[in-house]
Amino acid sequence: MVGRGQSNLASTVTSHKAPQRPSPVRRRRRLGEIALGYALLAPAIILLLVFEFYPLGLGFRISTCDWRLGCAKFVGAENYLRAFKDPDMWHALMITATYSAISVPVQLGLALLFAYLLFQRIRGMQVFRMLYFMPYITSTVASAAVWAYLFSPDIGPINKFLESIGLPGQRWLSETRGIIPLILSYFGVQGPAWLKGPSLALISLIIYTSWVFVGYDIVIFLAGLGNIPKELYDAARVDGASGWTLFWHITWPLLSATTFFLLLITVIGTFKAFNHIYVMTLGGPGNATTTASIYIFNQMVSYNRYGYSAALSFIVFFVILILTVIQNQVAGRRVIYD
Amino acid sequence: MIRRVIRRRRPSFSRVLIYAVLILGAIVSVTPFVYMILGSLKSYGSVITNRFWPWWPFGDEPVQWQNYPEAIRTVGTDVQWGIPLFYRYLFNSALVAGITVAGTLTTSIMAAYTLAFIDVPGKNILFIAILATLMIPADLTLVPKVVMMFRFKWYNTYLALTVPFLVSVFGIFLLRQFFMQIPKDLYDAAQIDGAGHLLYLSQVVVPISRPAVITVALLNFIWSWDSFRWPLLVTRDSGMRVLAVGLQQFLAGEGGTKTHLLMAFATMVVLPVLVFYFFTQKHFTEGISRTGIKG
Repeated sequence: MVGRGQSNLASTVTSHKAPQRPSPVRRRRRLGEIALGYALLAPAIILLLVFEFYPLGLGFRISTCDWRLGCAKFVGAENYLRAFKDPDMWHALMITATYSAISVPVQLGLALLFAYLLFQRIRGMQVFRMLYFMPYITSTVASAAVWAYLFSPDIGPINKFLESIGLPGQRWLSETRGIIPLILSYFGVQGPAWLKGPSLALISLIIYTSWVFVGYDIVIFLAGLGNIPKELYDAARVDGASGWTLFWHITWPLLSATTFFLLLITVIGTFKAFNHIYVMTLGGPGNATTTASIYIFNQMVSYNRYGYSAALSFIVFFVILILTVIQNQVAGRRVIYD
Repeated sequence: MIRRVIRRRRPSFSRVLIYAVLILGAIVSVTPFVYMILGSLKSYGSVITNRFWPWWPFGDEPVQWQNYPEAIRTVGTDVQWGIPLFYRYLFNSALVAGITVAGTLTTSIMAAYTLAFIDVPGKNILFIAILATLMIPADLTLVPKVVMMFRFKWYNTYLALTVPFLVSVFGIFLLRQFFMQIPKDLYDAAQIDGAGHLLYLSQVVVPISRPAVITVALLNFIWSWDSFRWPLLVTRDSGMRVLAVGLQQFLAGEGGTKTHLLMAFATMVVLPVLVFYFFTQKHFTEGISRTGIKG
């Protein structure tokens, strides 16, 4: 394909040098083909230029401005410097990091467990996979609204269930207290004041996020598991390996490319998380669940600080970039590609 | 031999445990949907007193079908068109999703065709540039895109809701990969029959690639139906809201206390997509496991 194309191309472009001139008909046809090719590409390319590349530049320009309808005043790096001195920004980044640090291992761990179990020649595997995947395809706002009801302190089924098995009801999404004092107080222990842990409100959001994305991760893990050659397992079984040995010595290393891929996109996903947080808590109570994406949104919508929120977007982007590079260095090296 | 027969009849303990864990997971996945649908059919009193099944044979409450029309009434009326706002939301969501799917399919099929079949100068650079946009996170371009909508005078119009989403790099990539697998002989045969590129594209390539085309259409539909932040940002009038925004506003307002109506609203948003999913779920999971692209 490529070879033939190149020869065609060469004969068109350098036809004046070519010893045998291609017939004018062929040449016209070739030019027509190129024109058609560009015409077919044009809509996609133009849309990407206008709505991806151009906003990238415009965003940077906005971030260097005091922006009102237009660049009212060029302020250079002021928006960026201000971000570093903004305690709310640091708080939002900390919340985002906590959200990410807890939900990524929970999601991936659960997904790997379920995918591995599903892979054990389970009857009804397709049905299980379909049910696990349901939360992912459901409209986020709708499922978040339902979970807000499930979490409701007074009428929520979750508290009802806890009370029926003798556990105390919680305030879930409206609980700013950390989970460590909450757990300790159940046992009647007063922990040290500094020992807080993430707020229960944030944990509730993590429970929801896991419910949504575990099914998606399972589908990817299953695809990865399917790519591991069966013969390896058979050979190891002949050598007497079973259970955990098979998992640690065959599945885990050979699945590492899939795991690494999921790790990257899940971390990025947690940094982008917005819709369900906005629907369930609006970043509250107080600022207990104000992640960076919520904070940036509020700066733009509630305070009209376009320049500042553009600068914040770039800062968060660089944080993600650095995290990705670190993951590449630390985890990426251990990945085994076949 | 005998031991084998016994083993087959009585599943091992670990096997039972595996099924127990899998079933528990399925219950957790499904329970919120169960509560949503049951809640939408209960009276307000049954919801707040947390009666799981207030109907026959455990209770005497009739099924509250009227929650659905009541939810639609409670959302309000669209002054512009004189219809219930809920239907306007539904119309907006369907219109935006329809245009988005049709548009992304058109632009993706066209671009993928050139990338797979036509040799144009600079093709590789263009392909890399297209893929590079996957590295640009949507969050980074959010502020400038909103500014652009004001400048284009697209704010609060259908143009803002649709035009930026008429291209899908995921669609271009998936379809290009699929097109590349089509045997070259088919093209040569079409050429001998005198068919040009456009005829070949519409009569051979697209029909052969039906599974990939359906996957792209379904995923773009789901993403469009799910979109919330962008429509929230670029629309002002209630008549311009899509279902997701309307539901959030309902939750923040009257629906926050009228849980039974909120569940009816949520069911009406979710159910069409779920029914759709049950018939097409293979395309979803296969498309995702083949590309691994997340919405």
